[in-house]
Amino acid sequence: MTPFIPRASSSRVCDDVIVIGAGHAGLATSYLLTEAGLSHVVLERGETANAWKTERWDSLRLLTPSWLTRLPGARYLDEADDGFMHVSELADFLDDYAKAFRLPVVSGANVTSLRRRRGIFEAHTESAVWQARTVVLASGAFNNPAVPKIAEQMPDNLMQMTPFDYRSPDSVATDGVLIVGASATGLQLADELVNAGRKVTLAVGEHVRMPRRYRGEDIFYWLHRSGIHDQRYDELDDIERGRNLPSPQLMGRRSPDLDLNDLQNRGVQLTGKLLGCREGRLLFSGGLRNVCALADLKMARLLKQIDPIADAEGAVQSAAPVATRLENTPPVSLDINDSSIDTVIWATGFKPDYSWLHIPVLNHKGLLRHDGGIVVCPGLYALGLPLLRRRKSSFIFGIEDDARDIVSHLTSFLKTDSRRFADDLYSDAHTRASARRRA
Amino acid sequence: MTSNTSKLLNGFNLEAVLGAREALSVAPEGAMFIWRAQSRWMNGTHTESAVNRFFGLGEEQEHLREFIYDTDHPEIFAAEDEGPTPVEMVLVGLAGCLTAGVASVASNRNIELHSVNATLEAGMDIQGIMGLDSDVRNGFENVKVAFDIEADASDEDIEAIVAQSQKRSAVYDIIANPTNVVVSVNS
Repeated sequence: MTPFIPRASSSRVCDDVIVIGAGHAGLATSYLLTEAGLSHVVLERGETANAWKTERWDSLRLLTPSWLTRLPGARYLDEADDGFMHVSELADFLDDYAKAFRLPVVSGANVTSLRRRRGIFEAHTESAVWQARTVVLASGAFNNPAVPKIAEQMPDNLMQMTPFDYRSPDSVATDGVLIVGASATGLQLADELVNAGRKVTLAVGEHVRMPRRYRGEDIFYWLHRSGIHDQRYDELDDIERGRNLPSPQLMGRRSPDLDLNDLQNRGVQLTGKLLGCREGRLLFSGGLRNVCALADLKMARLLKQIDPIADAEGAVQSAAPVATRLENTPPVSLDINDSSIDTVIWATGFKPDYSWLHIPVLNHKGLLRHDGGIVVCPGLYALGLPLLRRRKSSFIFGIEDDARDIVSHLTSFLKTDSRRFADDLYSDAHTRASARRRA
Repeated sequence: MTSNTSKLLNGFNLEAVLGAREALSVAPEGAMFIWRAQSRWMNGTHTESAVNRFFGLGEEQEHLREFIYDTDHPEIFAAEDEGPTPVEMVLVGLAGCLTAGVASVASNRNIELHSVNATLEAGMDIQGIMGLDSDVRNGFENVKVAFDIEADASDEDIEAIVAQSQKRSAVYDIIANPTNVVVSVNS
């Protein structure tokens, strides 16, 4: 399949495809490229499943049930179907996957620059230049913590951390902690820290609430059965909003539900979204009630969507989760010296790192411009981003369908591109020949 | 903007707004607006303010005409009561903003509104503005808005419209969230 391509002197290999990143998305892509008979290499900055091994806290379990841990050609076998894999089990699973299918992963190959010259992509690592006619970006969506600008307003005597700095409660030196953000990360850290006896304040902006179990099954069973996970990106009214949704308030345990009611019962103080710090006072939004009302309404709508499917399957009835309870006047400002807040953890989401991507394909927000993973540069693709092609896109079990679509597009691109390439060569030769004849 | 308003659901030109949203998504610089007011002290606590010009969509804009507002204080403040208090004007702004939001969200969800009434209430301890107790803030302690809405929709849908209207409301945000304010004196 590899056509003739002129090589730069430092080039090591010329392939059909370079896959960047050996996480679940990159490995699944590699499996399908192998199946399609395309020559390729998977460049990995560290080792397989690097982020899972090095950038997650100790207790973290996947928030999807184990039976959903599937990749093309493999599934994680777990006796307890409703269990939740520990991150180290997932890392082992991905390691085994790469080994079992002899996927061409090059470890320690940190791509410092990706360019495109005369239709050929060049990925520069410290020791080599890799060339290929197509590239699949599978480097993940969570490379760096997204810390808001207001972090700059925090006084020096306040410790600041991101989830990447957090391993266990021992990572937090002080007693009083403000966790900023109410997505899966923020709530899981609040849960663990309040269990460890810390005094936790949680700043809550817009969030997505879900019960762990509903109508006798895990919520993911219903998201799966109802077809919600399979909803396509081009069927949604507002794809940008969908892609920016925070992760749902879930964690890898059966009970109790990870929610604001449970955390408050255990002593967590809620505030509105953190908006800044002025004259030694942390300022919070007065809109807490509405963000909770919105989350409760959206959850009710989701459960209502599930009900007819649950009814059809004869599932047991279950009560809807109780509305989020709030005290009458959550604080809109707190004095840093009186409030016993000594550490701030920014659980405000993550963002991809494209600092090495030297092809103009990013929008003003620094995100890839793409249509369902087909990036606005011929031959460049992305996989493993939130709602890339389907609601399930960013989940491990969601990668297969997306990767099949992308690999199929990529395969036909290579075919037509080869033909164009040959035509160009022919017409060049033809022009040169005519020029010679004229001379 | 030439379409016949009588044919529009809730008198709201959804198509034009969605079109503008689309246009701004590709040209975000056009979304930078500057709102203005000009005021003139009349007498006592009476001030007259005028609103007309503003900046938006990349150029200077104008209302169809200039609007004039009086603010003052009631007689129990030993004033002439030439107009509402400035804090009541804030409630007027909030009512206008949230209600406009209800109309636009309902129209976007294809729900016909029959009536939308709101009652607004704000509690305030005037010991703050009187300088009697420095622990009391000057502004509102809390703001309550109660909507009565008649529409062809379920209670749940109406609740969702009101929640979404808060989420998208400028004045709600201005009241609920802090803003840097710079006041200067021209020399």
